Amino acid sequence: MGILKKAAMAAIAVVATAGTALAEYPDRPITLIVPWSAGGGTDATGRLIAAQLEEALGQPISVVNRTGGGGIVGHAALAEAEPDGYTLGIITTELSMYKAVGSSDLTYADYSLIGLYNADPSAIFVKADSPYQTIQDLADAIKSDVGALDASGANFGGLNHLSWISLVQGLGADAEKINWVPTDGGAPSLQLLVSGAIDVVVAQFPEAKALIEAGEIRPLAYLGSEPNKGFPDVPTVNDALGVNFAIAGWRGLAGPAGLPDDITAKLVSELDKIVHSDSFGESMDKLNFGVVWAGGDDFKTYLEQRGEAFGRAISSAGLDKK
Amino acid sequence: MIDAFIAAAELVFTFKTLLVILLASAFGLFVGAMPGLTATMAAAILVPITFYMDPIPAIAAIISCTAMAITAGDIPGALLRIPGTPASAAYVEDSYGLTRKGKASLAVGIGITSAMIGGLVGSLVIVFAAPLLAQFALGFSSFEYFWLALLGLSCAALVSGGGLAKGSLSLLLGLFIAQVGLDPLMAQPRFTFGSSELAGGISFIPAMIGMFALAEILRNGRHGARLEKQTRVGNPFRGIGAVLFKYKKNLFRGAGIGAVIGALPGVGGDLAAWITYALAKRTSKTPEKFGTGHPEGLVEAGATNNAALSSAWIPAMVFGIPGDAVTAIAVGVLVMKGMEPGPQLLTMNPQNFYAVLMVFFLANLLLLPFGYLAAKASRFVFDVPRSYLNAAILLFCVVGSYAINNSMLGVWVMIGLGIIAYLLEARGFAVAPIILGIVLGPLLETNFTTSMMIARGDVWAFFERPVAGVLGVSTIVIWVAATVSGLVLARRRRIRA
Repeated sequence: MGILKKAAMAAIAVVATAGTALAEYPDRPITLIVPWSAGGGTDATGRLIAAQLEEALGQPISVVNRTGGGGIVGHAALAEAEPDGYTLGIITTELSMYKAVGSSDLTYADYSLIGLYNADPSAIFVKADSPYQTIQDLADAIKSDVGALDASGANFGGLNHLSWISLVQGLGADAEKINWVPTDGGAPSLQLLVSGAIDVVVAQFPEAKALIEAGEIRPLAYLGSEPNKGFPDVPTVNDALGVNFAIAGWRGLAGPAGLPDDITAKLVSELDKIVHSDSFGESMDKLNFGVVWAGGDDFKTYLEQRGEAFGRAISSAGLDKK
Repeated sequence: MIDAFIAAAELVFTFKTLLVILLASAFGLFVGAMPGLTATMAAAILVPITFYMDPIPAIAAIISCTAMAITAGDIPGALLRIPGTPASAAYVEDSYGLTRKGKASLAVGIGITSAMIGGLVGSLVIVFAAPLLAQFALGFSSFEYFWLALLGLSCAALVSGGGLAKGSLSLLLGLFIAQVGLDPLMAQPRFTFGSSELAGGISFIPAMIGMFALAEILRNGRHGARLEKQTRVGNPFRGIGAVLFKYKKNLFRGAGIGAVIGALPGVGGDLAAWITYALAKRTSKTPEKFGTGHPEGLVEAGATNNAALSSAWIPAMVFGIPGDAVTAIAVGVLVMKGMEPGPQLLTMNPQNFYAVLMVFFLANLLLLPFGYLAAKASRFVFDVPRSYLNAAILLFCVVGSYAINNSMLGVWVMIGLGIIAYLLEARGFAVAPIILGIVLGPLLETNFTTSMMIARGDVWAFFERPVAGVLGVSTIVIWVAATVSGLVLARRRRIRA
């Protein structure tokens, strides 16, 4: 081999190595942890974020469903991942509750917060042939004997469980008597409802949409302060029962605590663009998810407030004793 | 309906759609034939590409890629004893057994053809019974799922080689491994020793790779020079007609049962093949040949596997309830393309629905030519001396078990369970029930505890719902019959002795 050729090869090698060393984040595929089962609301929005982020960052993003333990498995996996920006994850409402319920020590402080992209109140569903025609019928049943009603909607101590507790309390019934059947997400709970094994499901509209249209289940009431855009005829509990109530679920993107500032900043600005893009808004609309944006420090403030509010609700329901 | 059908054909039989189906199939074939890579990975990799496609090609890509990947997963199962899915672990002993007898072509051929016929039957079932089956699947609550899981586990214990007692012990070991991690209801850590990786549980892919592939390598290594004669993969379809005709009853029964059980969200695919394999053994005239390279169970369970794969789309398309990761990904693609799952998918734009069905038929028909190519290509595998081949397989074992969660824990699990499986098999214990225990353990436990909470501790509730009652009584009868006949046999032997 000629000396020139050797020199040229060496030069190429040097340039190639320098290229990798200086490569801008991200220079390899990213893993996105979704702490809930495939097919649920978190999974759907997580995959949407992954697809758009993939386009923005120019690297493949593989979505991994790390389910189990009421979302703790996935949340813990994210918190304990290497903070190099190559493991990101969707964090959900339940993170505001783990500590108050005593199921895990995880809080928002264990993460580098990137951005809140969605907040949605839940709704109350019964099977199509249920004797409860209106939310008033169900409210009467709750008041007379809440212990006879089997309710479900994701995990024990989760948002939907807490919403159910707040409703029962708001109606003046004994929250200690609630029989809550924990599952791994909205879809399994709805399956229990349509198979006739339980009486009520607290879930979100997007998870239940296909079953509503099939005439298998009926929404009785919406737990937001304003009616849902997609289902304007479903009354809010504030209107129908006069119970003042507005607990909402949230979803956001985060990395493990200690993410380098420049990576966090880049992700915040990319997610900001995605959340405000028309295509994201349209897709979220189609899936019937509400779009809300709070990036970086705003996300932190949002979660501080949630943590306090949920903590109060949980301790007043006596859930922290268990 | 005719108009919609023609419109659907116009959507499918375009150059672009057909090209997408071909490319996606080829991709699925590659991923499926690589030990350790799964159909779910293949589908997930395709998703971002589908964003740039029209709705029908997009969904066609997912369907054809996964059908091909799952069927191709049987090839390393047959040739190297590395099953691709929990379902194919049910019959891997028989397909690998055929290879060891020098009939590798037949093993691969049966796998491909019975998969194709099963897939076509499953597609036919979607055409004629999708709404009906979806309704049936919605009637299943945690009570029915509990019995179904128990029935599946019983099948594994009852049909495994080595007898009922050893089969049951293997099963219990599998159930124990499934206990590791956070409990599914209240998230209490079990056997995790404070490790957050163990809290996520032991996933079945590394376990399966270790127990089948690594154990086989260890056995090979021990026999040293006395390696079995290398086989050649010839034309995989030679003599296949006679075998399929001989077992035509198994073929169609397997496909039929697969189509029905496959429609149950969450359990279908994994369970169905085990149940029909057990059924084939129970009704066979030569049950003693099962597990040694006998085509009967292979035909039946192979057909079941792909029939269940097709009908798993029913609850996802009709009610938006996906049963596994692949259909969850597909639901996401459907939604993105404006074909929201729900009953209106069948009524509002029927041409789209029929187009999806046509893709199912095409994807399954393509299994034949692609399977042929894969079988031909895999003949090179056997040109390599076994000792070198083992080194390559070991590499695949390590990569595959690492890739599933991108963690070294998978590799340790693969090695540990591989050694355990080697020791157990040397003493006549079957490993298949261990695998099924790992896969179905969480399902069994979750549905038991959920049911107990709904019933407020009343055990009779497990028999109060009609379907649950029938499943429950059948399961109990099967166990009582098996135990009694086992005791009678033992008694006779003692009298004779």
